[in-house]
Amino acid sequence: MTSSLPDLEKLINSELSSKVKSSKIENNELLIETEENELLDVVQFLKSNEKCKFRQLIDIAGVDYPENEKRFELIYLFLSHEHNLRIKLLIKFQINQTVVSLTKIFPSANWMEREVFDMYGIKFKNHPDLRRILTDYGFKGHPLRKDFPLTGFNEVRYSEKEKKVIYEPVKLEQNYRNFDFESPWEGTTYIKEIKENKNDKKN
Amino acid sequence: MTKKTKSLSLNFGPQHPAAHGVLRLILELDGEVVEKADPHIGLLHRGTEKLIEQKTYTQALPYFDRLDYVAPMNQEHAFALAAEKLLNVEVPIRAKYIRVIFCEIGRILSHILNVTTQALDVGALTPSLWGFEERETLMTFYERASGSRLHANYFRTGGVHKDIPLKLVEDIEKFCKSFTKIIDDLEGLLTDNRIFKQRNVEIGIVSKQEALDHSFSGVMLRGSGVPWDLRKSQPYEIYKDLDFKIPIGKNGDCYDRYLCRIEEMRESVKIILQCIEKLPKGPVKSIDNKISPPKRDDIKQSMEALIHHFKLFTEGYRVPKGDVYTAVEAPKGEFGVYLISDGSNKPYRCKIRAPGFSHLQAMDYLIRGHMLADVPAVLGSLDIVFGEVDR
Repeated sequence: MTSSLPDLEKLINSELSSKVKSSKIENNELLIETEENELLDVVQFLKSNEKCKFRQLIDIAGVDYPENEKRFELIYLFLSHEHNLRIKLLIKFQINQTVVSLTKIFPSANWMEREVFDMYGIKFKNHPDLRRILTDYGFKGHPLRKDFPLTGFNEVRYSEKEKKVIYEPVKLEQNYRNFDFESPWEGTTYIKEIKENKNDKKN
Repeated sequence: MTKKTKSLSLNFGPQHPAAHGVLRLILELDGEVVEKADPHIGLLHRGTEKLIEQKTYTQALPYFDRLDYVAPMNQEHAFALAAEKLLNVEVPIRAKYIRVIFCEIGRILSHILNVTTQALDVGALTPSLWGFEERETLMTFYERASGSRLHANYFRTGGVHKDIPLKLVEDIEKFCKSFTKIIDDLEGLLTDNRIFKQRNVEIGIVSKQEALDHSFSGVMLRGSGVPWDLRKSQPYEIYKDLDFKIPIGKNGDCYDRYLCRIEEMRESVKIILQCIEKLPKGPVKSIDNKISPPKRDDIKQSMEALIHHFKLFTEGYRVPKGDVYTAVEAPKGEFGVYLISDGSNKPYRCKIRAPGFSHLQAMDYLIRGHMLADVPAVLGSLDIVFGEVDR
């Protein structure tokens, strides 16, 4: 329990000067931004340096910003038991870029990266087993991308006729209503109406 | 002449009572020895994170009950803390105490379920019958406070939904005093039980280093001798004012983890009793009407209260831009919420860090070289609930 967050920020900035793009402390949490090609070095440093010892990878969170040129962000959360500190590591990259896998340094990154791949379609270099993890077998698309509709594309039901579970395109019995309460004058857009060329039927 | 044998692959689950939910485990066996385990998860995936992106902060909270459904309020706690950190609201002291009481009740709920079903998996039926009776009592406490036994939806940003009924505190106290006897009874059935020990001692051993590498937390980490509990090391709410101990295992096997859970239940009882003793009077949610709804009486009287009520339940409150990660010590380990707000009334991104996800990931490493019959024992001691693993 020697270093505090500002000390840690200084240390990382001086030791990794060129590899750190920016750093800030907000809400009492330290966020370090780095480049994808420096990621392995930075993580290795954070894990092995005496004053850091971030020996536990807590989670990897993907974020999608469709309007940005570098559309995806990955946030790596680390925890150091020795110094009782947490750190967040951020990388930004474009849609087709592959990201280096952390599985060599942290075995637990395996499923976390699989989850990111499943949810965002981000590919990882040197990952031992990059398969989908949470979605259905044979699922198409990446559900946590912002352009993936909440209702999805396919629905599943048991067909009495075929005596098995079948997949069908989503049919909404009632419109999904996403009210935008922040500006009450514009109302909601109905997915169904857009699809059916603005049918007059109102649900 | 020796006969060449091929390894057998066996499909364990998704509909298997010892799989603790919908786990599909593909095992490769050489005789009875497991060579490889490949857990297939996601059969209970409901897209919680996607749904939360579409809901206001108030509406997002109930989804957390449905993650780890054996200790719902501990999950709500993490989300409430995250939103509070972004909003920078002060939680009244009484609400903090109530939250801690119910989180510890959640811990007991979860540990009873785990300990007794683990016993069930290795052949002891009675503990689960005794344990579930107590769980039922605890869930009536949940019901009396929040209105529902399981999906409580009780915590709010800035406090809790309603104050607890007067008699509830007395009843919880009465329960706590009688519950230590129940733990003794359970221990009498299991701790020195020959069969239980044969099935659990030196099964699924995790070393300190492996526990760190595999992102273990909670009992899985403490069972291997790492003294780490967020309630002590990064105290939230009022944990730093309370006197409790953190039980730590020595060998990192299934049996040690069982012992840790039993001890944690005893500690939880102590915590609850301390909270009841100290329970202060006062409001139970933030008095800031921009975040917490006004009293029903006020709505009848005051125009402003009516407007606040209307705005809160249509638009919801807006949360300042930023990102936070908050974690709580849930019964199963470190349960965290990584919340990104873009300044609107809905979270831009809400990543849920479920402890069970990392624990289950290590299944392959834990079970390799063990016998097939050890699979349920190890799985039981991992404390897996699929609501949180699959999200």
